Amino acid sequence: MESVTFDLANTTVRQINSFLHDRDKLRHVSLVKILNPNGAHNLACGIDSPIAVEIHGHAGYYVAGMNQQARVTVFGNAGTGTAENMMSGLVHIKGYASGNAGASAHGGTLIIDGSAGLRCGISLKGADIIVGGSVGSFSAFMAQAGRILICGDAGDALGDSLYEAVIYIKGEIKSLGADAQIEPMQESDYQAVAELLSKAGWDHDPQAFKRVASAKQLYHWNANASKEY
Amino acid sequence: MCGIVGLLIKKPELQPHLGEWLVPMLEGMAERGPDSAGLALFRKPSANGQIKKYSLFDPTGQVRWQELLEHLKNRQYAETAVSASLTSQANHAILHTNLEPPILKPWLAEHYPAVYVLSVGRAIELYKDVGSPRAIAQKYQFHKLAGSHAVGHTRMATESCKFLEWRLREGDDLATALAKGAKEFDGFYTFLMGTGDQLALVRDAFACKPAVVAETEDYVAIASEFRSLAHLPHINDAHIFEPAPEELHIWKA
Repeated sequence: MESVTFDLANTTVRQINSFLHDRDKLRHVSLVKILNPNGAHNLACGIDSPIAVEIHGHAGYYVAGMNQQARVTVFGNAGTGTAENMMSGLVHIKGYASGNAGASAHGGTLIIDGSAGLRCGISLKGADIIVGGSVGSFSAFMAQAGRILICGDAGDALGDSLYEAVIYIKGEIKSLGADAQIEPMQESDYQAVAELLSKAGWDHDPQAFKRVASAKQLYHWNANASKEY
Repeated sequence: MCGIVGLLIKKPELQPHLGEWLVPMLEGMAERGPDSAGLALFRKPSANGQIKKYSLFDPTGQVRWQELLEHLKNRQYAETAVSASLTSQANHAILHTNLEPPILKPWLAEHYPAVYVLSVGRAIELYKDVGSPRAIAQKYQFHKLAGSHAVGHTRMATESCKFLEWRLREGDDLATALAKGAKEFDGFYTFLMGTGDQLALVRDAFACKPAVVAETEDYVAIASEFRSLAHLPHINDAHIFEPAPEELHIWKA
């Protein structure tokens, strides 16, 4: 198996992504390195192969969006919509991620070593998001399935209108969103936290985490409280 | 969509690089607004406190700037001796004069109705035009501009500036004006504002509009996206962050 290097100083995002979508060309490739990303958008989007991709520098919007199978690592920061709609695989941001990280992701794992901006895990549909730092306001808004682990703090309205997704948080919560509540940790929760921490290789005490989940008061229309909606 | 960029040079000896570093920042935001651009540049004001700087723009391209200057200098005013000098580049001119706006603006409106007064101040010079940011930067030789700080944009609505301008005129300092703005404005925004000696940045509570900051010992650079900052010197050692909602950042020139 070989490794292939692209330098964005002398090639285009489209050429790189076309290569990453070409299963014939990828048959003998295990690692694709991308140099000089310089904040380019849509890097490594739509991959459906079990390869490793390394982006050496800062990525722009939607990096590793719609990812399937691939392990994408960004050695820098990432812009809006990191790993949005990921289906499987692993996306690892070594720096910080901007807004909407992991939006609508159905599967796979998103690890952010630094902090994430606003709306992290919005409409999450099954993926695991593991954040070493803090997350901004409106994170996990309408998250339907999956898990979000936050080692730092959360901004306003954490978990607003949550469905079945679960949030584990170690730090402070500025405010909970509508219908989100702190619940007692069960043994299965400690196991889940330990599993997520081990995926990222981080050394936090699972006992220090709180569980946030849906109170399920918004699941059914309450005609007597129509002004609450 | 629009793109914004800002650059403040911390070390006076690096101020000649302002334009050279700023032009790729503006070009980097071309995809966010390919049809127009503008730039506000701040330089050290003239030592003579009577002199004001007027940024003039002639969209028709018909005005002969040196003729305008001679015409103005030959004009007799009962109470004021006219002192004036002018530098021009294509459709733009910077006029230095002791004439106050209530005298100069009606005179321009009468004799040169096509000319817009884009800015009046002591430190500010303002450029705006339509076309690609790259073409505008070339047309007005932005890369040669030197100064302490600058704010640029590709396409933009600037209505909110009116409110802040009014608050500053009423005596608020920049931080107070921006705090009042946060209460008054009901849309989404990222404000990047320059005054004679400050550069300020603030995002609204929802922070839908982007902003990335890169700071080193030499400069503070701000852009809607990182790709406008990637070319800056020592960017890999810069402190790079996205401001949190309603977090006010002010840097002094």
